[in-house]
Amino acid sequence: MWKWLHPYANPEKSYHFTGKLLPWFNYLALIFLTVGLTWALLFAPPDYQQGESFRIFYLHVPASILSMGIYLGMAIAALSSLVWQLKLADASAAALAPVGAVFTAIALFTGAAWGKPMWGTWWVWDARITSELILLFLYLGVIALHNAFEDKNLAGKAAGILALVGAINLPIIHYSVEWWNTLHQGATVSKFGKPAMAAEMYWPFLICFFGFSFLVAAIASVRFRTEILARNSVRPWVKALVLAKEDK
Amino acid sequence: MQFDSFSDFLHMGGYGFYVWLSYGVGFVLLLLLVLISKTQHNSVKQQIAKRQQREAKLRQAAEQHKQENKISTDKVSTEASS
Repeated sequence: MWKWLHPYANPEKSYHFTGKLLPWFNYLALIFLTVGLTWALLFAPPDYQQGESFRIFYLHVPASILSMGIYLGMAIAALSSLVWQLKLADASAAALAPVGAVFTAIALFTGAAWGKPMWGTWWVWDARITSELILLFLYLGVIALHNAFEDKNLAGKAAGILALVGAINLPIIHYSVEWWNTLHQGATVSKFGKPAMAAEMYWPFLICFFGFSFLVAAIASVRFRTEILARNSVRPWVKALVLAKEDK
Repeated sequence: MQFDSFSDFLHMGGYGFYVWLSYGVGFVLLLLLVLISKTQHNSVKQQIAKRQQREAKLRQAAEQHKQENKISTDKVSTEASS
């Protein structure tokens, strides 16, 4: 596996490889989101209790799952950066943090806008919501640390340690609805077992989820490539690339 | 299709404000993230290009300076020997 992975640990090759993947992520995100959101907003049936407000689900749940998934990816990248000193892992952790922060903000905001008509309040200091808010602060801390040091290696180390310590929040968010009595409802969809929802709702949800995932991949690729360029600005290949300007 | 008319669609069974607020804010935040990511990518490239041009100019100036010095020292040495 290491032999196979080795060429991708090379910044120049990773830059070109993600550059080749990028248009595919763009197209897939566009197609999946167009189909998924049209289905979710126009054709999916209303919930028998929540009516049309249930349509917020198709943005809220993918954003929430991705906010945690991105953090997991960032924590794994931070770990590989700290343990094996992979510079590319550090670059990908730095690339993922702002994307995760935006998805966490969307999860929190759509949750509030859904909570107002359903629970009668925009905000409660409920276990699920509070732990998700802590996730947002963790992301903001990681971003701040990445930008706090002129030396990118030092910045990566500091941000990586925070990302790893903060990973303890992930199981807390996940199990919060089971460990505590909360206003937030339990999981409707899970990787294990059948989803507790009708197929007419599950399919548009799944397509939206994949659409947002491809969008994350696309944005993260762009940011990852920026990080590679910034960290290798004195390398001859970067100089040649910038001069040629073929790569827009 | 779950809705009879476009205004029905916008109304969202009375939840229009909350549904469209959610999707609107989500769209704006994602759009900002995409635009900022792209702008940063281009500005990093421009910065590297600018630094490179400056370095090239400095190198050129240094070379010129060296050559001029060499000519003048040659002159001095030829004058001294004659």
